[in-house]
Order: sequence, then C-alpha cells, then structure tokens
Amino acid sequence: MSEQKTEQSADKKSITSKKLFKLVMIPVFMFGFGFALVPLYDVFCNVTGLNGKTGRVEAAMVDQREVDVSRTIKVKFLANTGTGLPWQFKPVVTEMEVHPGQIYEAMYQVSSSADKVTVGQAVPSVSPTEASLHFNKTECFCFSQQELAANETRDMPLRFVINHKIPKEIAEVTLSYTFFNIEKSM
Amino acid sequence: MTTATTHEGDHHDHGPATGLMRWVTTTNHKDIGTLYLWLSFIMLLTGGAMAMVIRAELFQPGLQLVEPQFFNSMTTMHGLIMVFGAIMPAFVGLANWLIPMMIGAPDMALPRMNNWSFWILPFAFTMLASTLFMEGGGPAFGWTFYAPLSTTFAPDSTDFFIFAVHMMGISSVMGAINVIATILNMRAPGMTLMKMPLFVWTWLITAYLLIAVMPVLAGAVTMMLTDRHFGTSFFDAAGGGDPVMFQHVFWFFGHPEVYIMILPAFGIISAIIPTFARKPLFGYSSMVYASASIAILSFMVWAHHMFTVGMPVAGELYFMYATVMISVPTGVKIFNWVTTMWRGSMTFETPMLFAIGFVVMFTIGGFSGLMLGVAPVDTQYHDTYFVVAHFHYVLVTGALYSIIAAFYYWVPKWTGHMYDETLGKIHFWWSTIAVNVLFFPQHFLGLAGMPRRIPDYSVQFSEFNMISSLGGFAFGLAQVFFLYIVIKTIKGGEKATDIVWEGATGLEFEQLASPAPYHSFNTAPEIK
Repeated sequence: MSEQKTEQSADKKSITSKKLFKLVMIPVFMFGFGFALVPLYDVFCNVTGLNGKTGRVEAAMVDQREVDVSRTIKVKFLANTGTGLPWQFKPVVTEMEVHPGQIYEAMYQVSSSADKVTVGQAVPSVSPTEASLHFNKTECFCFSQQELAANETRDMPLRFVINHKIPKEIAEVTLSYTFFNIEKSM
Repeated sequence: MTTATTHEGDHHDHGPATGLMRWVTTTNHKDIGTLYLWLSFIMLLTGGAMAMVIRAELFQPGLQLVEPQFFNSMTTMHGLIMVFGAIMPAFVGLANWLIPMMIGAPDMALPRMNNWSFWILPFAFTMLASTLFMEGGGPAFGWTFYAPLSTTFAPDSTDFFIFAVHMMGISSVMGAINVIATILNMRAPGMTLMKMPLFVWTWLITAYLLIAVMPVLAGAVTMMLTDRHFGTSFFDAAGGGDPVMFQHVFWFFGHPEVYIMILPAFGIISAIIPTFARKPLFGYSSMVYASASIAILSFMVWAHHMFTVGMPVAGELYFMYATVMISVPTGVKIFNWVTTMWRGSMTFETPMLFAIGFVVMFTIGGFSGLMLGVAPVDTQYHDTYFVVAHFHYVLVTGALYSIIAAFYYWVPKWTGHMYDETLGKIHFWWSTIAVNVLFFPQHFLGLAGMPRRIPDYSVQFSEFNMISSLGGFAFGLAQVFFLYIVIKTIKGGEKATDIVWEGATGLEFEQLASPAPYHSFNTAPEIK
C-alpha cells in the first residue's frame, strides 16, 4: 500500500516537473517577446508610416519624368533643439511650394554657442503621418551626426522629393527636425 | 463525510512548527496564504497612508503640506504599492488558502517555490519604500513610469524601483506557475475542469495572464535600466528610439494587468452570491467562457490608454471597438449575478453586502470605462480626475471590495470563529458611504477638467476636492476599523459550524471542519 503510494507520488512528481518546465518556458518566451516588440514596432511604423519617420532614396532612383505639375503641396519646415545642446537651429526658408516627383533643396542653419566641440543628431518627423511614407530624402544632414566646433555656424542642405503617389487630400506637409545632444551616448 | 477532518492520524501528520521560523520556512499553503494576506493588509494601510497625504494636500487649493516632488512620489508609490502590494498579493493569498481546499488537493503543487515567491515580496517592497528616503527622493513619475520621465529625468533611486519591479515580477510569475500546476495536476479524481468552482477557474485564467505579461513588464524596466546606464536608446529619440514605444510596451503589460486584478474578484463574487441567494450560480459555463474571452480580448486593446499620443484614425477606431467589445462578456457576468439573485431567498450578511456593493459599484466603474473607451471623448477625459474616479471604482469598490467580501465569507473557515456581524455591517456601510463621497465627486472634477497627479489646482475645483478628501479620510479610518475586526475575529468569536453558511457549497465547506485542519485532503475527497 505504502509502496504503491510512493510510486504514485513519484509519478505525480514527474508529471509536475514536466508541466513546470513547460510553464517556465512561457515567461522566458514572453520576456524575449517584450524585446522583440522593439523591432516589430519599427517594422510596423515603417510599413504604415506611423511615427512620421521619413524615407531615404538615392537621387538616381527618382524618376524625374513623374513630376506632377498639376499638384502643388506646401511644405513647412520646423526646427527644435533638445535639452543640453547649446545650439540655435532654424530653417533658412520656412516654407516652400513643391510639385510631387521633383527634387527640391532646402536649407537649415545651425550655430553653436558652446565653447567646445559639440555633437548632435537630428531626428526628423513628418506630419500628417500619411505623408511620411511618400516623403523621401536623397540627401540630409540627419543622415549623419553633426559635429560643431566652438561657436561654429553651418548651413546644412536637405534634398527631398515627395512621391507623386501621395494621397490627393494632402495639401500641406510639415517637416520637423529635432537636434539631440548625443555626447552622453557616445 | 460530515465530521470532515481528513487527518489520518498517522505518524506523518504534524501540526505547524512554533515560533518565527514556522513562518520563514513554511511550505504549507494555508500558512503562506496567511502571510500573503497580512502582507497585503500592511501594504493596503501603507498605500492608504500615502493616499491620505495626497487627499490632505488636495483638501484646499494651494501648496500646504508637502513639496510637489514629494506629492508626485506619493501618487507614484500609492499606485505601485496598491497594485503590486495590496491587490495582487491579496488575490495570491486567497488562491493559496482556497484553491487546494476547493479542488480537494493536500497542498499547492510546488510548496517550496510557494515559500520563495512569498518571501521575495517583503524585500521587494522594502527596497521600493526605501527610495523615499534617498537623495533626490523616490520615483515621482507616476505608477506608469513613462519614458523619458523615468529614464532621462528620473532620480537616482529609480534603479531601486526597477529592481523592485523585477523582484515583484519574479514572485508573481512563480506564484502563477504554482497556481497553474496545482489546478491542472492536483485536482481530486472526479473534479473535472467544468466542475471547478469559478474562483479556481478565474484564477487559472489570471495565472496564464500573469505568466504572459509580467515578463513583458520585466522587459520594459530592463530596457529602462539599459537606457539609463548602458547607452542604449530604446526610448530615446536621439539614438533612434521612441518614447511612444514605451507606452506601447507598458500597456501591452498594463491592460492584461487590469484583468489580473479583477478576474479573481469575479470568481469570489460568483462564490458568494449563490450562497446567500440560496440558488446555484446562473450560467456557470457562460461565466467560464466570459472570463476566457475577457482574458483574450485584454491583449488586443492596450492602446486605448494612449488615444492622445497621435494615432491614425484607423488605429483609434480599432482600439475603440475592441475596447467597447469587452463590455459584452463583462455584461454577461453582471447579468448572471443579478439573475442568480433573482427570486432567491436572499439574506444580507456582510459578505453578501460587499458582494452586492461590488456588483453595483463595479458596474459604475465599468460604465465610466465605456465612456473612456470612446476615442473622441477620451481626448477630453484623458489624464483628468475622471480617469482617477474610473479606476478607483473598479479597483477599490471592485477588486478591494471582493477581497474584503472574501475575508468575511471564508474567515470562519480559516479561524473557526464567526466575525462580529454588527461590526461587519458597520464596516460595510461606513466604507460604502465614504468611498462614494470620496470618488464620485472626482467624476465631476474630471469632466470639469482637473488634471490628475497635481498637488495644486484652480479654485473652482475647491468644493469637490474638499468633499472628496473628507470621504477619503473616512474611508481610510474605516479600513483601520477593519483591521480591528480582523484581529478580533482571529482572537476569538462565536464558533463557526463546518458548513458556516446555510447555503454554502464547495469542498471547503462541505467536507472540511472549521477551522480547516492544517493538512487537508491527504486522501482525495469524493466528488459528487
């Protein structure tokens, strides 16, 4: 009787430990899933254009024959500076009228009032988000970090093209840049 | 089997050890349940004291008592302590006490892990509370700890907060694994899944939610930690990250967490109402399916907490419809409880009063939740006192009321003593009047535009805030009175019968003595 009982409980134990192993795998997997949300989020934003992240294209890829002169879209330029970066950052021209499909050049100006070398990274954002899928840049100061010497002023070009597939109802696009201090993370 | 004690009286049988080491080394589910319940009571009073600081500061406009930074750490710590320290451990404590007795098991499946998962918690909360005394103050970014407030701009003590959350998460996951293993492996022969009491069912579903989302929270705080110290940029736009993503990750945990705090309450109410209506629960299987669908839906609605971050209309529509859809299974539950009471021979002992209070006031919280779920109006309600009123109705008069109801309902079984019915009724009416004076005016404050988490406010909000604070003090005092009732009941009282309540059903009432023996169901009971 007691032998049978121990056998039974040993049996029960192995069932329990198998179950335990399976159950422990769920939190382990979900911990990984938490981190997997990061790339998933980026992919999702890229596909849908959420987040206002702009695209990058090579100038040679842009088909200049697809210029749609019948449409005019107003592009507004904004500039912000994040905390801890003693820079004055502004667009040279605050707005432009553009035709979809054609490459335009805009200019931003940044000047440092620091007494040492400072490094910043510009992060773009396009509003409305539906436009961001169609707003592409062939050249941008945001493609790389900007290093400014003490009291240096610099004009920074930006070449962009709005894809002619941009939804019809969009008549105005706002492009905003924020410069962040990235010395801490370097 | 009316004489109940399933002790076989053989030499293996022993009572509890004596002294402090009994509690440190115990692997007994009843002891651990008691420890959890006491921890949660202590945390309730601690978090409650913080709420008193908040309400005292808000009694009048202007800054009177505390610094704004300290006020913010009070709101933060109040939220964290109540969610992770009071509500969740109380449900785990109830699960420990009740699940083995309800399914006819001798103990939890993994008793040593059970001990460990409890004893992590006092250390976690000591660490969390100690941040209040550190340089720079405790966490002051709200219990939702949105980045970058909790990364770039947070006090140094945030790292202690992060590790405290890690420890709570580990404890919850271990507790949940234990519950699942117990329910799936330890049921008495004949106790099929669809015969299990609803408290066991809802806890099984809750436990799966816990092991699915607590690790995501652990991931979120780990990302915060590496952002703060190891140069990553998960939530930092400068390095290509996105602070909005923090909100997505947080609420992917946070919304199921809401149901973690309410599903066991549904189970408790489903046990109490049939007893005092003297009718079997109406729609048992629909209750099971409703709980399961609430759990599944809870993974798909998280972004309704962040309608104002700038989401495309399609996203707002989806999250709005999905959110409002949850009211269907929840409505099934409310209607089932009401139908159970319909034409029953009802009596109104204290547990029943708290259960009915739950049904009524949880429904009020559910309705304000529906309002918040509607995206276009949420733009106005977002981050106002309307939200505060909503989630306090579902968490205080919802989750907390169910825990109090569970205490009154099962305490005769635990201690062998009946509580004092008069005191219990006073506790109910005192709490219920106070809690409505406390939270109902906050709806009006929110609709009028008073933002949450602020130590000062415009003068037009003065009257409602004063009323709310008075209700708050009364409600706080009522819970100190509850502490007295708890101690009085443990120390003595009228002897409880084995069945305790005339209409009670379930193995713990039908087959065990009161108080329940230290070891129960060493041989499996017979399930009819």
